[in-house]
This record gives sequence, structure tokens and C-alpha cells, in this order.
Amino acid sequence: MPAFLEYLGHSTRISFTKLGRASYFLVQILAGIFSLLARPRLLLKQLYSVGVLSFLIITISGLFVGMVLSLQGYYTLSDFGAEESLGVMVAASLVRELGPVVSGLLFAGRAGSALTAEIGLMKATEQLSGMEMMAIDPIRRIITPRFVAGLISMPLLAALFSAVGIIGGQMVGCGLLGVDEGAFWSQMQSGIDFKDDIINGVIKSLVFGFVSSWIALFEGYDAIPTSEGVSRATTRTVVNSAFSILGLDFILTALMFGEH
Amino acid sequence: MDNHVTPPNSLVSVRNLSFSRGTTKIFDNISLDFERGKITAIMGPSGTGKTTLLKLIGGQLYPDQGTISVDGENVHQLRRTELYNLRKRLGMLFQSGALLTDMNVYDNVAFPLREHTHLSESMIRTLVLMKLQAVGLRGARNLMPNELSGGMARRIALARAIALDPMMILYDEPFTGQDPISMGILVHLIKSLNTTLGLTSIIVSHDVHDTSAIADYIYVLSGGKIIGQGTPDEIKQSESEWVQQFMTGAADGPVHFHYPAKDYVDDLLSSGKRY
Repeated sequence: MPAFLEYLGHSTRISFTKLGRASYFLVQILAGIFSLLARPRLLLKQLYSVGVLSFLIITISGLFVGMVLSLQGYYTLSDFGAEESLGVMVAASLVRELGPVVSGLLFAGRAGSALTAEIGLMKATEQLSGMEMMAIDPIRRIITPRFVAGLISMPLLAALFSAVGIIGGQMVGCGLLGVDEGAFWSQMQSGIDFKDDIINGVIKSLVFGFVSSWIALFEGYDAIPTSEGVSRATTRTVVNSAFSILGLDFILTALMFGEH
Repeated sequence: MDNHVTPPNSLVSVRNLSFSRGTTKIFDNISLDFERGKITAIMGPSGTGKTTLLKLIGGQLYPDQGTISVDGENVHQLRRTELYNLRKRLGMLFQSGALLTDMNVYDNVAFPLREHTHLSESMIRTLVLMKLQAVGLRGARNLMPNELSGGMARRIALARAIALDPMMILYDEPFTGQDPISMGILVHLIKSLNTTLGLTSIIVSHDVHDTSAIADYIYVLSGGKIIGQGTPDEIKQSESEWVQQFMTGAADGPVHFHYPAKDYVDDLLSSGKRY
């Protein structure tokens, strides 16, 4: 029993010190944002590798998720003769939930893991330490541009995911299953509220982008600089980002849609 | 108890330095001086914290006790911006070269110039080509770091280290893992750069032969203490058995071949339980 308590105390302490390091790291990242404004080129390069390179996976996944939603939704709705509501059902699920959450998870897997591995290897090959010795702050030069790029990309990718998903849903619903196209779009138009649905979805994706970029960059920066250390850090990024996104999604949903 | 008088010509002086990692004492109350314009070598077996000493001098690590001053400034009491200003005057050559892998050779050497100066691109071009010429790799400017051999990477890193015309260069194991030709080139470069640019050099190395060929002064470290110091000739004639073993590379001596272990026969005949 004492050994167990000791273990519990020890691991709690380790978790809290890590949280402390991560928070301090975040403060340093945010402090660098101002100086980033003077160097938009650094940001553009990262927007490309974090955002643009995630386009394909987001588009394809969005398409399939929308198609499946439409298929599943149709079978349930047709039991009640409410096939016409398919449009609003597909759009609401995507904009409120699946868009931000699934694109967040894909983002963590595609861009987050790449960021962790990149930063971790830069640390292992002394590039970060070399920069420090050249009097260049690696957090400002390397980390902050990647963080801001993640923050900007995530809502855009989520919007892309939802848009492509809706098109996929329309293709299956109207093309394959024969739902009336006019009803599909008009029900969607009247059923989706700009503030309640779209803005809340954007807020979610911003939060997910913030959290998963932070986790990915911190895990890379905090990685033990060996091959094994970097590989573990990459795994932790994906696992921790997934947990955080799903957990935060529940909290945000409860806050946003709880009053209805 | 400071019984060391700082020589007037000292650029870096380390006083009563102690540093430990966990429970291991890396340095135990040591004092060293690095003279301006000279090449000073820190030697000792692997794992004696030689690289740690460079990181302490560069302000990347904090000592448990003692002070380190560089050009009259106490490194560990500087504010962040002052520390960064001091680092602009230091060059450090990492063992791996630490080149930025997403840029080619030219951009790597131009990197500190672009970050710290407002020079025009044509001026930067001139400077970069001059630095590359000094290390003999002007023709390699378009290569990427992964296309370079280890020796070339170190020379490029050296060109980058001298890009801002520092007053001092810290070399971390510059000779490790080099073939005889690259080794010869590096030895020659370190010596000639030190003379022509009026630098001060600190070399951390365990390579006895080549280091003592170019060093003006040598400190031999082991177990957190200075166990020998002097000019290369003095070191070679040292009476310390330990220094002799290190300089000649004998397999057994004061430093035993065997890592501490229990009795061999007992160990073989024991049940084989894990400890």
C-alpha cells in the first residue's frame, strides 16, 4: 500500500510539473505572436505545410462522412416519412459536431504528429540548441509560426470538411436515394442558424486547433531527444489530442447547446 | 575559497564551478581560465561533462555554484536580452553541426546574418561567399545538409559560426568521427581561423594527438576535477599517472578497464538473480 501511494504521488507530481512546463511554453508561444506579425513569410510557409498539405485527407474524409450520414439518416428518417429533413440533418451534424471533431482528429493525426516529429528531431539534432547559441529564440522562430498556422488552418479545414460533407450528403441523398433537391436545400437553409450552428462550430474548431497545436508542439519540444523519445512523443500527441478534442467537445456542446 | 587569481588576459573565467545532474556531480568546485587569442582545450574521457561546460559557458545551463564570466560579464546574471547580445559574439560548433535541415548550405550560413542584421541581400551574398570560401566550400553552396559528409557539415557549421564575426568559438568535439583528411582540414581550419580572425577558441575533445597539436593550453578533466593543466608539452611530461594513461591511451591504469562490479568468480557462480 505505501508503495502504491508513493507511486500515485510521484506520478501526480510528474503530471503537474509537465502541465506547468506546458503552460509556461504556451505563454512563451503567445508572447512571440506580436513579433510574428512583422514576418508574415514565416507564417505563410507553415500555413502551407500545416494547412494546405492537410487538404486532401480532409476533403476525402469529409466526402465519405457526408455520404454515410446521408445514407444512415435516410433510412431512419424515411421510417417517419421525413426524408425531406435529410438536408438539415446532414448539415447540422456536420456543422455542429462532425466537422470540427472529425477534422480535429484528422488534423491531430496528419499535422500534429508531423509537427511533433519535426520539432523532436530538431531538438535531437541540436538544431534548437544551435539556434539558441546563435542568439535566435527557437520558440519565436520555429514554434510560434507553427502554432498560429495551426490555429488559422483548423477552422478553415473544418469548414472545408463540412462543405464537402454536405455535397457528399446531397449526392447520395438526392442522386442515389431520390430525395427532392429543393426540399433538401431549403430545409437546410431554414433549419441551420448562423449563430447557433455555424459560429458555435467555428468556435469549437478554433478551440480544437488551439489545443492540438499546443499539444503537438509541446510534445515535440519536451521530447527526450532520442529516436525512441521522439516516437513516444508522436504517439502521445495523437492520443492526447484525441482525448482533449473529444472531452472538450462534450464540454463545449453542453455549454453551447445546453439551454435549448 | 578562491585561490585563483584571474589572469589579466582572460576572456572567460570559470570560478569555483559546481554542477550536478541528479545525484551525479559533473563538476566539483573547478576554476579555469581561457586566455584571449589562444586556443584552450578541455580534454578528458567521454562522460566527464565537457559538453556541459560549453553549455554552461553559453548560458544554456545554470551552475549549482560558482560563476562564469565571459568578457567581464557574469553569464548567469545577465537578463535574457543581454545574454542574447553576448551570444551574438560567441560562435558554437556543435558535434553534429546542427545545420537547419530545411535550408541549403547558403541559407544556413546566411541565417544568422538575416536574423540579426538588416544587410541587403547582395551584401549578405558577399559575406556568405567569403565565409564559405574560408572553409573551402564555396562550391557546395546549393547542397542540402543531408547531401553533405560529416566533415563538410562541420565546416559549413563553422562558416555559419563565424558569420557574425564572433570574438570566441566554442568547439564541441570537432574531431570525433572524422576521416584523416577531414580531420587534417579541421585542425588546420581551427588554427588558421584563430590566428587570422583574432579569435579565442575553446575546444572540447578527447582526441589527444590532434588537439595537443594546436592547443596553447590544456585542461584535463576527470571525475569533476581538473587533474592536469598546462601547455601540451607540460601535459605530456605530467607526473600524474592518470594523465599519462589518458595521453597514451593505455587500457588499464588508474582508470580501470572494468566497470565496478562484484567479484568475477562469485558473479559467475551466483544464481543469476537480477539485481
